This record gives sequence, structure tokens and C-alpha cells, in this order.
Amino acid sequence: MTNIEVNTAMKLRTTKRHLREGLKNIFRNGWMTVAAVGAVTTTLLLVAAFLALMLNLNHMAGGLEEDVQIKALIDRTANEEQIQELGTTIEQIEGTESVAFSSSDEELNQLIEGMGEEGNTWQMFEQDNPLRHAYIVKATDPTDTEALASQINDLDNIQEVNYGQDVIHRLFQFNEYARTIGLVLIAGLVFTAIFLISNTIKLTIMARSREIGIMKLVGATNAFIRWPFFIEGMLHGVLGAIIPITVVLTGYYYLYNNLGDQITYSFVELLPFNPFAWQLSLIILLIGTFIGIWGSVMSVRKFLKV
Amino acid sequence: MINMTDVYKTYANGVTALNGIDINIEQGEFVYVVGPSGAGKSTFIRLIYREVKPTNGTIIINDTDLSTLKEKKVPFLRRDVGVIFQDFKLLPKLSVYENIAFALEVIEESPRNIRKRVMDVLELVGLKNKARFIPDELSGGEQQRVSIARAIVNQPKIVIADEPTGNLDPETSWGIMRVFEEINTRGTTIIMATHSKEIVNTVKKRVVAIEDGLIARDEHRGEYGYEA
Repeated sequence: MTNIEVNTAMKLRTTKRHLREGLKNIFRNGWMTVAAVGAVTTTLLLVAAFLALMLNLNHMAGGLEEDVQIKALIDRTANEEQIQELGTTIEQIEGTESVAFSSSDEELNQLIEGMGEEGNTWQMFEQDNPLRHAYIVKATDPTDTEALASQINDLDNIQEVNYGQDVIHRLFQFNEYARTIGLVLIAGLVFTAIFLISNTIKLTIMARSREIGIMKLVGATNAFIRWPFFIEGMLHGVLGAIIPITVVLTGYYYLYNNLGDQITYSFVELLPFNPFAWQLSLIILLIGTFIGIWGSVMSVRKFLKV
Repeated sequence: MINMTDVYKTYANGVTALNGIDINIEQGEFVYVVGPSGAGKSTFIRLIYREVKPTNGTIIINDTDLSTLKEKKVPFLRRDVGVIFQDFKLLPKLSVYENIAFALEVIEESPRNIRKRVMDVLELVGLKNKARFIPDELSGGEQQRVSIARAIVNQPKIVIADEPTGNLDPETSWGIMRVFEEINTRGTTIIMATHSKEIVNTVKKRVVAIEDGLIARDEHRGEYGYEA
């Protein structure tokens, strides 16, 4: 064997040793493990509930925004060529996602359909359509709708632009506030969780600061001492994620199947169980693992300066 | 082997522990460090394995100058210096076997060698039948023998003991001394701080007396020289 081979063999052996020690420590430290895992569980439950709520609200708001479109009514005097030209001009405006032509007949049909029973009375206009041709325009970013609409309004041969001006303005503003507040709350929650958990883990490690000191006196390098703690912290995070993930999966399953049926309005749709609940579980697992590792590594660091 | 030149140590709280120590200890020597409490014995001992740094002066251990030794290299120094404490400093949740094996895992020894060497050293200190016990299940003397086993298992060139018999009854103390003499005859340097007049005067070795942070006396086959 060459030197390099000997080295890697050693590394592998030591890695296995660290994994084994980290796992053993979970059992050796009995109640400390329970305390740390309990702290992770509690905070992850909060984070999970909050994330589920926020992401669903965001989804609903996003759905509403997606529906926002501009209807640009074309002057009745415009000839076909001018209409064509207008279409390409709109397409070239920055921030335009799609432009669709809707003839006056199509507009009328939509109107009739949209009114249901009452729409029938409109059918008599089919011979003498009072409506105009229109372009249906969508903005790449729904929040740019207002600016895009005013640009289109300035074009020739445009008679009027409709996009539910008043409602839209308020909707976007509300959504923006809701998103910012949600983000701040989640960030705050995760930060608090990290703080809480690293504190709990710090307590469990403080009880072992003497042990860390002894290891150093026997000639262990910092890395050698740190690795089992790293593994142990990671396991705290993973173990602490089990209950929250179970709650997310079963809870969301029932919520989606029961509530989802009752609410049929298209704009308050819940995110579908698959893949959302799985994605959320993965996020919870990742956050748990991260704070577990972070908490223990940060705490050990303090005691390694012997 | 161990060489100190003009070593001073003043702690952060203003207490001066050492006031200019010059000493040279050769490979294979057995040295008692004696002196009144608070005279600087412990500081002297702790300088050798770099638990404390000198305020001034040079310390050379096994050709390594401690004043230029990087923090990252300290663990490697300690692998060449086995340390035995008055309060044993065993890992409470590990068995006797695991405690001793730890010193070998640290140097990434192979599992087969670890097994063999741990069993050998347990035989030497007479604890082969207690390998699976945890420290709390052992008597003080047995715990001290475990800590000796851990200190010598990776065959360090130097073994340092800070009052190793301080907490033990005379009978047990003689058992501990026999282990020290045994490893000393194998060529290991032993430095032992002690308050035991009986041991120093019976098992005659080099005696270094530290008083007020200075070496007051340094005699081969010396006497304890204080009232016990």
C-alpha cells in the first residue's frame, strides 16, 4: 500500500468511528437528547404550520394576479391593417407576455356566456354587435399591469383600456404587504427556532464541556471532537422533524380533502397535497437538520478553546 | 528531552506562579516535583503539556519549542505526553475499555491494534477483569489506574502525573508507584508532583523542590525535605 492508500483507509475508519460515536451519544445522553429533540419538534411544528399557511395564501394571491389581464378596446374606425399593426406594436412593448386578438363577435359570445340565463337577452345584438374588437394583453409580471395598460392606452386606434383599475391596485398592494409580512414572520420564526434550539443544545453540551476538555488533554484535535457532535446534532434535527412531518402529511391530507371540496371558488384553491405536502416535509427536514447541526457546532466551538 | 530556560508565569489575575525556572530533564529520568501548596508545582507541570503558556522564557519538549508551537499542533504534542491527574479526568459515560481506547482512536490506530494494546495495558495496571465497567463503578485507586493506562497506552515518551496519589490510601498508592516504576524501566520519562513524604523518601529518585516560583533544590536520590 502506498502512503495515500494508508491515509484514506485511516480516514474511512475514523469517519465510521465518528458516525458510531455520534449515534451512541444519542443514547448515552438520554434526557439531554429528549430535551434537544423536543425543542426541535416544537419549533418545527410552528414553522410547518406557518409555512403551510403562508405558501397557500401566496398561492391564492398568485392565482388572483394571474387572472389579471388588460382588455384594450380598438377604435371602430380602425381598418384591418391598422389592427394588425397595433397587435405587433403591443407585442413589442417591454413587459408584454401575451397578446390575443378577440373579435367583437367573440367578445359578445363571452359576454352572453358569462351572464348565463340573462345573457340570452343579449343574443338579439348578434346581428348588430355594439361591442368592439379587442386585444387581450397579459403582463409578464402582473404587478406591471398598470404601467403596461397606460402605455397601450397611449397608442393610436385604442379607444379604451380596461383592467379593473381600482380593484387591481388594491389587490396588488395587499398582496405585497401580505408577502412582506409573511416573509418577515417566517424569517423571524426560523431565527427564533435556531436561537431556541441552539440554546437547548448548548445546555446539553455545556454539561459535557468537561468531557470536551478531557478529550483535548488526551490529544484529540478539534475536528476529531467536533465530528461526533456534528452527527449528533444532525440526528437531533432529523429526529425532531419526524413528528412535524407526520403532522404535516396527515393534517394536510385531511385539510385538503375536506376543505378543498367545500371551497369551490377557483381563487381560493389550496395547493394540491401532492407535491405540496411532500415539498413542505422536505423543507421541514432540511430546516431541522440545518438547525440541529448549526446549534451543536456553534456550541461546541465555544468549548474547544481550551 | 525537557528543557526550560528562564521561564516566568504570571496569571491574568496578577498571581505570579513561576519566577525564572531553569531545568533540564533527560529521557528515562524519574523526577519528583515537591514543594508547598501554591509554590508553582502545578503550573510547572501544566506548562509541559501546554495547558498554560509561559509569560516569558523558552520551553523545549522533544525538540519542539512550545513558544512557537501553533495552536493546531498542540494535540500532537499531547500525544507524546501522557498526563495523569489527581481527579483522574475519565470520560464518565465511557467504559474503562472505551476510555483507554479513546487515546488510540485519536491517533487513528487500527481497531485490531487498539484491542491488543488496550488489553495489554489493562493487564499491566491489573484491571483486565473490569474493562466493561464505567468509572463510577470503580474505586478511586482503580480509576487512577485507568487514567494511568490511558496516559501510557500510546507509549508516550513522557508521562506527567499531578499528585496521582493525592486522593488514594497508602496501600493503593504503592500499587500506583509500582506501575510507574514499571513504565519507567521501559524508558519512559516520568515527572510526578507529589505531597507524599513517604513515597519520595522510600522510592528514591531525583527531587526538584519548587518554592515561591523558583527551583529551591534539585538533588538526585533526594529527600522530601518538608514536614508531611
